[in-house]
Amino acid sequence: MAEKKPKIKMAVYWGSACGGCCVSVLDVHEALFDVVAAADLVFWPIALDTKYQDVEEMADGYIDLTLYNGAVRNSENERLAKLLRQKSKILVAYGSCAHLGGIPGLANFSTKERIFERVYHDTESTVNPERVYPQTEYEVAEGILDLPEFYNDVRALADVVDVDYFMPGCPPQTARLVEVFTAIVTGAELPPPGSVIGAGDKAQCDECSRKKSENKGIKKFYRPWEVIDDGETCFLEQGLLCMGPATRTGCDFRCIEGNAPCRGCYGPTPDAVDPGAKMMSAVASVIDEKDPAAIDKVLDDLVDPAGYFYRYSLPSSFIRRTMS
Amino acid sequence: MEFNPKIMAFLCKWCSYTGADLAGTSRMEYMPNVHAIRVMCSGRIEPTFVLKAFKQGADGVLICGCHPGDCHYQEGNYKCLRRFHLLKRYIKQMGIEPERIKLEWISASEGKQYAELVNSFTQTITELGPCHISETMEVLT
Repeated sequence: MAEKKPKIKMAVYWGSACGGCCVSVLDVHEALFDVVAAADLVFWPIALDTKYQDVEEMADGYIDLTLYNGAVRNSENERLAKLLRQKSKILVAYGSCAHLGGIPGLANFSTKERIFERVYHDTESTVNPERVYPQTEYEVAEGILDLPEFYNDVRALADVVDVDYFMPGCPPQTARLVEVFTAIVTGAELPPPGSVIGAGDKAQCDECSRKKSENKGIKKFYRPWEVIDDGETCFLEQGLLCMGPATRTGCDFRCIEGNAPCRGCYGPTPDAVDPGAKMMSAVASVIDEKDPAAIDKVLDDLVDPAGYFYRYSLPSSFIRRTMS
Repeated sequence: MEFNPKIMAFLCKWCSYTGADLAGTSRMEYMPNVHAIRVMCSGRIEPTFVLKAFKQGADGVLICGCHPGDCHYQEGNYKCLRRFHLLKRYIKQMGIEPERIKLEWISASEGKQYAELVNSFTQTITELGPCHISETMEVLT
C-alpha cells in the first residue's frame, strides 16, 4: 500500500527561468494527487511558502529529488544551485535553460554592461539621467540591503555544479516527467549519472511523420509567414528552417504536429557535441547551388544564423558567447 | 616572443593531401606552422571540426579539397563549400575574424600552389595575431 511506503522528498527550483518549467510540473493535472501521495514537496517557490533558510537547515542529502529549472544568470541562481546540490541525492537539470542555457543564454550575445545600459538607461520608457544601476549592496537606516550580482555570462547548470540527469525541453513534456518521476519513486534502475533522461536518442527527422523525399535541394529559405504550409511536406523541403535534423525526439512533435517547424528545444542528438554546428552542417549541405555567389545569396535569407542554430544552446556551445 | 601561429589544415585524401605530399616529395620549402589532417573528402569536414580546432588552440583553420567538378565522390566539395560559407557567417557573428578560416581547392599536381597557400595563410594569421577563442570558450567561474 502507498501509505506504508516512505514518501520521497522532492524540491523544484527556478533559476533564470520564465516559470514555464514549474507550470509543466503542475500540468500533470489530477495526477498531482499521485505525486503528492508519493512525494513530499519540501521546497517549491512557485507554489509553496518555503524559504531559502528552510533549505539551509536541511541535512545534506535530505532531499531525494531536485528539479532545477532555469539557467545560472546571477549569484542567487548560483548559490541555490550549490545549496540544492549539497542537499539533494539526485539533482536534475530540468528544461532547456538548466540543460543547455536556453533562451536566457541568448544574452551571451551581449554583455552585462550593454544589457544594463539598455535596460536601465536606453529603453524608451526609462528616465535615468544619473545612470543609477542596480547595486549589490545598499545602505539604508535599517542596515544593508543586498541584491544578487548580475553576471556577465549565462551558464547552464552543469557549468556550476555536478548534475545527475538532464531532462531537455522548453518545457519538458509533462508525460516525460511522469515517466521519470515514476521510475524514481518505484526505485527502478536509473541510467548512469550524466545521462539525458525523458528524451529519445534519435533525431526528430527519423521519426517525423511529414513527407520527405531523398533529394532535398533548397534554392531559397523562407520565413514562416512567407509560405503557406501544405501541412504534410517536410518543412526543410518547403524552404522553412526546421531544427529537426539536429534535435532529439521526446517532445511528441508538439510543434510539428501544430504545423510549426522544430525550434530545437530538446537539444542535440547524442552524437552532436556542438548543437548548432550539427545543424549548420545539415542545412548548408542541402543548398542547391554550386557557385559561391549563388550560395551566398541563399544564405542571405538566414538573417541570424547564430541566434537560430543556437537558440537554446548558446552557453553550452563551443564558442559560448560573442567575443568582446 | 615572436608570435608563431598554430594552424590546422583539413585536406582531402584524393587531391589536396596528395598535393601537399607532392610539395614535400619535391622538397619545396614552406612555413612549418600548418598541422595537416587527412580526411576522406572535404565533404566530411563538419563545422564541428573547425570549431573544435579553435577550441583546442588553433589560430587559423585551412580547408582544402578537390577543384569543383573533380570530387572523387562527385559532390563532396560542394557540400564543403556551402558549409564553409555558412560557418564563416556564424564565426563573424560571434566576433571572430572570418579570415581565420580559409577554403582553397588544391589538386594532386598543385604542390607548388599548396606551399604558396601555406605561406600566405600563415602570413595572414601572423598579422591577425593570436586567436583568443579558446579563452572565451573556457567557462568562467
